[in-house]
Amino acid sequence: MEQKERQYRNWAFVIVGFFVFVSLGSYALSEYYIYLIAYLWFGFVYGMALQYGRFCFASAFRDLFAVGVPRMVVGIVIATILFGLTAAFPTAAGQSTFHPAPASIHSVIAGLFFGVGMVFAGGCASGSLYKTGEGNGVALMVILSISVTQAIFVDIGGWANKLVPKSWAESAAAKRLPPSINHTDGWVDQYLTGYVWNQPTTTFAKMLGFKNASVAGAFLGNLFVGVVIPAALLLIVVYIFWQRKNYLRRLAKERGGTGSIGFSDDAVGFWKMILSSKRTAIAGLVLGVANGLHMLVIEGLRLKFGIGNAGQILKAIGQDYGLSVRGTVFDPGYWYVTTQEAQWVGWVFHKLGWNNMDNIYFGLANGIPNPLFNPADWMSLALIGGAAVMALLHGEFKFKKPTRELAVWAIIGGFFMGIGSRLGLGCNVGGFFVRVANGDPSGWLFGIGMIGGAFIGVKFFNWYTERKMAREMAALEL
Amino acid sequence: MAMKFEKKDNGSYLLDVQGYVCPHPQIYTKKALEKLQSGDILEVVFDNPSSSESIGSMCETSGHEIVEKNQVGGKFTWKIRKK
Repeated sequence: MEQKERQYRNWAFVIVGFFVFVSLGSYALSEYYIYLIAYLWFGFVYGMALQYGRFCFASAFRDLFAVGVPRMVVGIVIATILFGLTAAFPTAAGQSTFHPAPASIHSVIAGLFFGVGMVFAGGCASGSLYKTGEGNGVALMVILSISVTQAIFVDIGGWANKLVPKSWAESAAAKRLPPSINHTDGWVDQYLTGYVWNQPTTTFAKMLGFKNASVAGAFLGNLFVGVVIPAALLLIVVYIFWQRKNYLRRLAKERGGTGSIGFSDDAVGFWKMILSSKRTAIAGLVLGVANGLHMLVIEGLRLKFGIGNAGQILKAIGQDYGLSVRGTVFDPGYWYVTTQEAQWVGWVFHKLGWNNMDNIYFGLANGIPNPLFNPADWMSLALIGGAAVMALLHGEFKFKKPTRELAVWAIIGGFFMGIGSRLGLGCNVGGFFVRVANGDPSGWLFGIGMIGGAFIGVKFFNWYTERKMAREMAALEL
Repeated sequence: MAMKFEKKDNGSYLLDVQGYVCPHPQIYTKKALEKLQSGDILEVVFDNPSSSESIGSMCETSGHEIVEKNQVGGKFTWKIRKK
């Protein structure tokens, strides 16, 4: 037992040592690498926090619907409030790297796809990353499936063009883009240029007439109205429908069945529900603080090097393969998951001869840099490493080979999440968590869809499990 | 490894869901408990860390008692008495 613990601790040191070596080694090559190193260490912190808090959106809504446990969803909602609080500071200071996304029904539909997928896969996009760090082979398959699905989906043209509504095609054709981008060919390109780009972008601050980068806008508009009020309403709904009955039943038992239940009892019950999610909430606070610092650090480095995007960093270190037509690469400046996953598969496809640089996603916006030099990929790899370190230190690391059954679920779930991520321009992190925390209403729209999708996924899983259990129990005469 | 559910003794059952990830362990545990009699013991073996949180909360909410918890090298063995 002690030997095993020592082994785990040693492996944790090896992982940390590897990241320190990469950081020092790359910095010795060029000071520009500090930009990638910043992504790396923030990713590491995200990974540790996610594993500590078991921070998984799939668990949150699935456990609520499947086994009636509200703990994780409460933790996620509290974490969102805390994240919103920390996000308000850089916004108020005008240092936020966040940009709101177009908001319309497409966010709900995207969330629906994503919600179904995360239940099938057994983890959301960020949850699958941290579970990979726990040695979970199924989670790794989910990541592969999300990555491949996205990389293919964003470049599908031909027969898929026939599925594009005429109004989208006309609107897309009217947009003027660089000649190398063939945005009139491809379902996703026409969806983006013909529909999504025509939708409004806003924040709660702007909707209330405040300037986004102001104290009133960031704290009153984005945080209080955009995060705290809807989150509080959601918590009340969860308490009433999932927690209250059990809590009051236990309370009545403690009191020997005598005495009436008053408002103060409900207030205590509500508070107990909040406290039961302490671990997830702490993780949310760490994620929020780290994300706020991440934005400030990246903004600071951009000022230091006089750049606006990591594409210029890659050029400076001689890695200009796969830059977008604008010379940029994906460089969110905060926690993000799915785009870098699509990029590395896109890079592989491109190396194999697939011309996928004529679409908007890769060719115009994000590029397909070498994964070894992609800042966001450094963040994701370090996230897996951070989660592994945390799991090793708590004796929770275990290599798990996927069974055929789980591999199938991982591929199907990853497929749905990949589609949802590209339709919604982000996953449960970039499409929901970060957006909501920054006062972007499209985040809540994605969230509504995600909850609906999780509900559908759970209904299906319940039916599937029931059948399987019935077979296992047939001989037991239960 | 496929899910395994078997009778160990009178009123004592084993549910082995090692290798399974969320949501399988918690759903199988819930379904198994639904089938048992009050007072029966269900021994659940799983190796998905986040399921420990879910199963623990589910038992607390539903009133089932976790009578024993063991964790060795990422493998969790819990005994649950049905309420």
